[in-house]
Amino acid sequence: MNTITTLSRRRFLALTGVASSGLVLMGSIPGTVLASVLDEAEGAPLNLFVSLKTDGTVEIIAHRSEMGTGIRTSLPQVVADEMEADWTRVHVIQGLANADYGSQNTDGSRSIRNFYQVMRQMGSAAQAMLRQAAANTWAADVRDVSAQQHRVHHRDGRSMGFGELATAAATLPLPDLNTLTLKDPSEFRYIGKSVPIVDLDDMCSGNTTYGADVRIPDMLFASIERTPTLQGKVKSYNEAAALKLPGVVKVVKIGGTALPSSFHALEGVAVLATDTYTALSARDSLDVQWNGGQHATFDSERYLDTLAERVSSGPGKVARERGDTDKALASAAKTVEANYRTPYLAHAPMEPPVATAHIHDDICEVWACTQTPQATQRAVAEALDLDVSRVKVHVTLLGGGFGRKSKPDYSVEAALLARASGKPVQVVWSREDDVEHDYYHSCSAQYYQGGLDQDGALTAWLAREATPPIRSTFDRDANIQDDGALNMTFGSIPFSVPNLRLESHVAETQVRIGWLRSVFNIPYAIGVGCFMDELAHAAGRDSVEFWLDTIGEDRHLDFAPEGFKFGNYGRSLKEYPYDTARLKGVIRQLRDSIPWGEALPEGEGWGISAARSFLSYVAVASKVKIVEGRLTVTEMHCVIDAGTVVNPDRVHAQIEGAMIFGLSLAMMGNIDFKRGAAVQSNFHDYPVARINQTPAVIKSHIIPSDALPAGVGEPGVPPVAPSIANAIFAASGQRIRDFPFNRHFNV
Amino acid sequence: MQLDINGLAYEIDISPQLPLLWALRDHLQLTGTKYGCGKGLCGACTVHLDGQPVRSCQTPVSALHGKKVVTIEGLSEDASHPVQRAWKQHNVPQCGYCQSGQIMSAAALLANNQQPTPAEIDTAMSGNICRCGTYPRIREAIRDASGQSAEKK
Ligand code: FES
Ligand code: FES
Repeated sequence: MNTITTLSRRRFLALTGVASSGLVLMGSIPGTVLASVLDEAEGAPLNLFVSLKTDGTVEIIAHRSEMGTGIRTSLPQVVADEMEADWTRVHVIQGLANADYGSQNTDGSRSIRNFYQVMRQMGSAAQAMLRQAAANTWAADVRDVSAQQHRVHHRDGRSMGFGELATAAATLPLPDLNTLTLKDPSEFRYIGKSVPIVDLDDMCSGNTTYGADVRIPDMLFASIERTPTLQGKVKSYNEAAALKLPGVVKVVKIGGTALPSSFHALEGVAVLATDTYTALSARDSLDVQWNGGQHATFDSERYLDTLAERVSSGPGKVARERGDTDKALASAAKTVEANYRTPYLAHAPMEPPVATAHIHDDICEVWACTQTPQATQRAVAEALDLDVSRVKVHVTLLGGGFGRKSKPDYSVEAALLARASGKPVQVVWSREDDVEHDYYHSCSAQYYQGGLDQDGALTAWLAREATPPIRSTFDRDANIQDDGALNMTFGSIPFSVPNLRLESHVAETQVRIGWLRSVFNIPYAIGVGCFMDELAHAAGRDSVEFWLDTIGEDRHLDFAPEGFKFGNYGRSLKEYPYDTARLKGVIRQLRDSIPWGEALPEGEGWGISAARSFLSYVAVASKVKIVEGRLTVTEMHCVIDAGTVVNPDRVHAQIEGAMIFGLSLAMMGNIDFKRGAAVQSNFHDYPVARINQTPAVIKSHIIPSDALPAGVGEPGVPPVAPSIANAIFAASGQRIRDFPFNRHFNV
Repeated sequence: MQLDINGLAYEIDISPQLPLLWALRDHLQLTGTKYGCGKGLCGACTVHLDGQPVRSCQTPVSALHGKKVVTIEGLSEDASHPVQRAWKQHNVPQCGYCQSGQIMSAAALLANNQQPTPAEIDTAMSGNICRCGTYPRIREAIRDASGQSAEKK
């Protein structure tokens, strides 16, 4: 496993063929890393992603991380389709960290949309090489040769299996990717089909390797007592007491770094032991004393009060403006205003962070449940002062990620401890470690004011927000949201209102902030989605009708004239326009799939909301029941237009999961900080949704589309919380503006 | 300590206080059973003790004397237990991490109650967290495995 072979010239050519196609940059290929990647596959490489064994087994590299989306299946499914490989003979291999693959940063709901085309080309190129190899063997014209289900056929009836052609095909140059003829969608065999995930059997029998399942001979297990406050420093600890315990091998202090936090290890004291339980339990005897540092007085409740005061009391930095909002508000027939606040959240993936590092033969080898192997490689290289090519990162299965595992701090810890101990080390995070030392989803305070005319049409929209930015994790001076963050729903509202102004206020950060599934779309879709319902009610309008009318006519939005830089999730508006017709389409489809407007008994109500995020259009309806202060969500329905869909069953699964994730955070999600430290620590005080809180009816609907593929993992989440809040209002007349709902109801 | 796990007798030198979870994972290399909270709150570590579901993170090995432990690895030879089959039928797992525990809880439920009502399913499964939100499919799979036709989606 650890041997690094030299690239044979043939392999090198095969791969650099891909390189010159523009997929990867030839100049940057570190030979050793590339070679080690190839070690994972056993067959002859046809290109960077596809190898073929002589027995016909097709090996396809999954270069993105599997954290529950099914991506280890969906992208290889695309390759196999274009290659005309028989899916039952495909073996998926998890790729190591390797920049040649392109980005492996599995977040932002972009695996399919960024690699759909590339995977089609990789499959098609492999097929072209097999056809050419067969033509060469038969001394035939390649135009008389076609491939079907793992065989290449000549029109005269001769045929050869893929495996028989493996060796010959691998010697051929990679065809020019731009000359390939990709399949017509009508010929798709696997794309658009609900292929079961490749890990299904193993996941149902415990035969899986997640981060903590990695075992290296002679390894140690480590558990770290970390600073409870940002920038806290170790004052003292009792090394001797810990070392006295049987199984404890070593105690190592990890020095924290100055701000920004970035992906550095936090200051802490690690116990290294021969087994996990000893490492976890020996920490108590360390009796670490801390200097809390400059953030040790931070109180999140008071801080949210401060932010709420800021946004409701005065103008901020203008991000986007149209018309004269102040004048329109002054002359409106009716004005409505509201303040919303949303708390910090922890990711709490079912598997807490864990990483294993082994330093040997001048390289550092890491096994981690990471969403971002290349960032892991870079962070570990930096921490150990090694060249990036000397860090080899294996990606295990991830027991959920939700953005937490995009931050490689835990791999850095493992690497530092492996160096300090001279042994392979697995750093295990307890659930308490996970909840208390997250890169938290940011809190947010928002203020909205709207003006309505006599007919109940929206004439003015003023919105202000204050939200500690994610950028603060990488730039200690960042203290206000930029357009890149405001892109997420707040800045990109699609309303045809004649006057609008969007503003941001300063929000200094006192904890590590990070991105969590759907990122800032969560707080901003709450603000926008709840306020739309408040406006509709004030206007005496049906909220579905109010949404449709306020979005206005079918058009492609352009934000530039209003001074707003819309990032569009990294894609051009030409490729992926913001199409109001598609947004209205999901809202209409949602209305038609529920008994919207039905007469309900007291204490029951429906609410809806909608958002475009990660290039997908989503609308959600929730139905609630409130009996004696107990809030139950009884139904949830979601409609998504995500363009082309590769694996419908996995899209349904993501949407079902997104509804429950959104429900969880709306009902109960809350992290408080007192004296600079997180108050919550485990599932008793940071509850997440359980099966008995899951609505009896939960339905997802995918709009059939052949538009370019858009995001799926995240876009289901944002409309959920506001839809429930609006349902609560419909059921009870009560507006909940401070989240989560368990501040007001039993849930 | 003597342990009877998945029909095999093990003799290992461990502290009687060691939770079964860590005996399985670190001493017997049976890593299918997962850690999620260490406090009996999430169910990821669920195994069967004489047929009853227990949280292995809360079960010291000293409590196992004379009792039989079954883990996910021992539920069936080839993932063919009716619950496992139903799980595959409904494509339940997303990240998969909680699923060993879910399957063990579901198998114990059905062993004790062949025709659970929806409310009984929710009650029996409420100790098992799935952060990916596979609950709707867990419900359907259990109804299927119990021979009650799952509701059509
Ligand atoms: S790990 Fe045992 S219940 Fe959570
Ligand atoms: S499938 Fe991921 S936690 Fe349940």
